[in-house]
Amino acid sequence: MQQHSTIRESGSDRAFTIVNYVILSIVLLIILYPLIYVVSASFSSSYAVLSGKVWLWPVEPSLDGYKAVFKNKNILTGFQNTLFYTIAGTLINVIMTILAAYPLSRRDFHGRNVFMLIFVFTMMFSGGLIPTYFVVKGLHMIDTVWAMLIPTALSVWNVIIMRTYFQTTIPHELLEASQMDGCNDFRFLRSIVLPLSGPILAVIALFYAVGHWNQYFNAMIYLKDPGLYPLQLILRDILVQNEVKIDMLGDVKTAAARQGLRELLKYSLIVVSSVPLLIVYPFVQKFFVKGVMIGSIKG
Amino acid sequence: MPLLYIIVFKYVPMLGNIIAFKQYSITKGMFGSPWAGFTHFERFFNSHEFWRLLTNTLSISFYTLVASFPFPILLALGLNYVKNERFKKTVQMVTYAPYFISLVVVVGLLFQFLDPRTGIVNHILGWFGVDPINFMGEASMYQTLYVGSYVWQNVGFACIIYLAALAGIDPSLHEAAVMDGANKLQRVRHIDIPGIMPIAVILLILNTGQMMETGFEKILLMQNSLNLRTSEVIDTYVYKVGLVSQAMNFSYATAIGLFKAVIGFVLLIIVNQTAKKVGQESLW
Repeated sequence: MQQHSTIRESGSDRAFTIVNYVILSIVLLIILYPLIYVVSASFSSSYAVLSGKVWLWPVEPSLDGYKAVFKNKNILTGFQNTLFYTIAGTLINVIMTILAAYPLSRRDFHGRNVFMLIFVFTMMFSGGLIPTYFVVKGLHMIDTVWAMLIPTALSVWNVIIMRTYFQTTIPHELLEASQMDGCNDFRFLRSIVLPLSGPILAVIALFYAVGHWNQYFNAMIYLKDPGLYPLQLILRDILVQNEVKIDMLGDVKTAAARQGLRELLKYSLIVVSSVPLLIVYPFVQKFFVKGVMIGSIKG
Repeated sequence: MPLLYIIVFKYVPMLGNIIAFKQYSITKGMFGSPWAGFTHFERFFNSHEFWRLLTNTLSISFYTLVASFPFPILLALGLNYVKNERFKKTVQMVTYAPYFISLVVVVGLLFQFLDPRTGIVNHILGWFGVDPINFMGEASMYQTLYVGSYVWQNVGFACIIYLAALAGIDPSLHEAAVMDGANKLQRVRHIDIPGIMPIAVILLILNTGQMMETGFEKILLMQNSLNLRTSEVIDTYVYKVGLVSQAMNFSYATAIGLFKAVIGFVLLIIVNQTAKKVGQESLW
């Protein structure tokens, strides 16, 4: 029942709406389907996966893939290492970013523009792979956990986002008032600026954490000791280079069963390695738009 | 401390680029090594790899840029006209998700789906009597697979910024347009698109600046000996010459890397100037 007070949608508008919904649903399916398929395959039996019987829901449900994943020592160490790199690395990142962004946001900071230029220039021109490798090597970080934490300690892009946030949301008068009350800069930063910056801290921390969790390249070039390998590097061996060692699969007799379990292991591994981040992100999601948007405003 | 970091990890490597002009030897160190002038650059320009690397690098970057630019905008425009909040939230949640999946896993997914024996894509093709295709081994498919998976992974996240821009458009413009009898398509054309134009241009400039940088890790992951013809780019070549090969040649690799950085820088300036001329926003 259309009420008289509302304007009825014209024919072309209704067509637009329908087409719009159809297209969006197709987009939804294209992006969602691979994700569902992986989860379903990981819970199916190896035979069903190999013969292409898995479509949408798990076929002949089994946990064999997960058993193989959690029995594997390399994967478990990788998981622990990645957890450590992510937590320690993100902590370092966030502290560094605050330390850089806060002074740059203060209008009474002498030489602010010069420092800003020094930072921004590195976004456009970088030192390149080999010279950076030499610096890390020169600092004797090769094959230590530091190689995973220090070379990526700061992202200039995130500094700019945070600086802009400080500038736009924390009024200058607040600083003046607190200085009247005898508050020094560190106190001001700790008791006023940071408590007011919850959303941006969450977004920045998530960005960094995603980076650390997914990091494999630095590990590949800087680490030689398999005991330090992050999960991604082990994933790469198994998923991309297809190096599943026989002993990973336990006591599987026939070649066909081995082949099946090998595929199953991959699907389970994909799920296990991706789930932690996918669980965290909906909680931070509502801050995204804010965070990303602020980054785009020219400071 | 941040300044120290920037100097040590960003500026020292820039300085380190001088080994591109030297005959670097580990025993003599960076400053003791003899100068070599432009010999490394000349060697690269004259090598038979040069044109292949340059065209691959430019074509992958350009392809990615062109293909990844319109989709987030279209998605944002579409979402903007969805009235059902639940549907809208679902689409957004799902389209963001791939952004958080690691490159290794995305490439792993590609391998799993496209595997000639066990992959689901070839199972489906099999029903139509098509023989299994070894997608990852086809040099001609490489760039499309790369770009396609890139769009799949990034479209939702890239769309956030356009959604925010659309939300910032003055609603009275839409009301006025409805009064004048504009339909939705006309409103998209005359209000929404002009409204997000400035942001789109800035992003395009930024992306062009990054054009030479992005994708290296993923390109490396997707590479194999069968698709090397179209997948070898300057970055992966530098990596191989400088860090992997038996006879590591640091100076040569650095020279190639420097050459790439210069191209990227020049591209950024050209795009920025063009944007200025057209009368749009520019970075500086």
